[in-house]
Amino acid sequence: MGDIIAAVLVISGLGLIFGIGLSYASKVFAVKVDERTVRIREVLPGANCGGCGFAGCDSYADAVVTNGAETNCCPVGGSEVAGKVAAIMGVEAEGVKRAAARVLCNGRCSVSREKYEYHGIDSCTAAAQLYGGHKACAYGCLGHGDCVKACPFEAIDITGGIARVIEDRCKACGKCLAACPKKLIEIIPKDKKYSVMCRSRDKGPVTKSNCEVGCIGCTKCVKACGYSAISMEGALARIDYDLCTNCGECTKVCPTMAIRVMDFGE
Amino acid sequence: MLQSILITFISAVFINNFVVVKFLGICPFLGVSKKIKTAAGMGAAVIFVMTLASAAAWLVQEFILKPLDLEYMQTIAFILVIAALVQFVEMVLQKTSQGLYKALGIYLPLITTNCAVLGVTLLNVESGNNFLISVFNGAFSGVGFTLAIVLFAGIRERLETAVVPKCLQGFPISLISASLVSLAFLGFQGLLK
Repeated sequence: MGDIIAAVLVISGLGLIFGIGLSYASKVFAVKVDERTVRIREVLPGANCGGCGFAGCDSYADAVVTNGAETNCCPVGGSEVAGKVAAIMGVEAEGVKRAAARVLCNGRCSVSREKYEYHGIDSCTAAAQLYGGHKACAYGCLGHGDCVKACPFEAIDITGGIARVIEDRCKACGKCLAACPKKLIEIIPKDKKYSVMCRSRDKGPVTKSNCEVGCIGCTKCVKACGYSAISMEGALARIDYDLCTNCGECTKVCPTMAIRVMDFGE
Repeated sequence: MLQSILITFISAVFINNFVVVKFLGICPFLGVSKKIKTAAGMGAAVIFVMTLASAAAWLVQEFILKPLDLEYMQTIAFILVIAALVQFVEMVLQKTSQGLYKALGIYLPLITTNCAVLGVTLLNVESGNNFLISVFNGAFSGVGFTLAIVLFAGIRERLETAVVPKCLQGFPISLISASLVSLAFLGFQGLLK
């Protein structure tokens, strides 16, 4: 009996001493952290995606408090989190600009021509090393899913041989932009329905022979747009999303159906 | 003296390597060995904690448990010592050296649950090492851990691009390569008499 009591006493005594020591040490070695940083960190989603432009949720919370970063940078949490962060900082909440990534290529297997049969490593970057990829169009989506692998939110699918963003899931973190060797992906405001789904800088006839749905540079959309939101960059039409009003005139006149967005919800 | 330290070094690093010979601390060995850089960070943290834990555990054993005839409580007592020590070290680092604190990052608290640290303290007691040899044994065991985990991380980085049969992809091939590393270390057996 005495042995048990001695053992219990010694171990609980040790625990007590360490406990007191640690709680004392936590006072002595306390690092002053602004409590707002802790509270902001708590309301952030904790995905650490880097979509805000900082290294992670911790550094964003720190930046909001110490460097006065904007309160609406978190694309994952949306306006709800932006509101909470603003409340903690005691400033007016600003709405988050909702945006999503879009893969600007419509060249599915059925409408685009292949240059050769590819049997290498299943990666766009690897495929692009071999004569610019197996697609006849040097600008098109290769469909090996480097962006799918990069996406932390499982928001990208490969359908019909090209990558598609499921916009409901996309948080606009921009990881896929860096992964795409063809630089086909852009972050576009979610409410803008129309995009030129082609990045081919080839001349019209070349584009046409490679892919049925490419932009051939006919400039019909430029003339059809009543808000001068579309301009030509060489043989490629480009929409200025600040001017676009979603009227849809461009998609009506496009002969190759290069300007259109299918509904990529879930 | 110098000779016994040298023997401790060779024994702890090569012959009785904690990971690949004694099979202690396998969890971080497999978990944090995907990149050489993080593996080296983990190794540095383990060296640090093992050295301190060996010293602290030796003092607890010699001045608290032994006089009271409570040696059979050493496992629990050492867990307590290690956990408190790691917490304390974390606080001190955060206050005094933000750089080192950020570099060690998540690995420092992870070490609390690294059984290699408990192992080194218990083995020190079992083999009746004196204080100095205990501390050196702790440090060198950490070095052995680092050596093994960095070597293994190098192999795993190469495995990333290797063609692996489908049924062996992922963890199976990692375990097979770990066993090969372990076999290689078996070559050191019998180096000391």
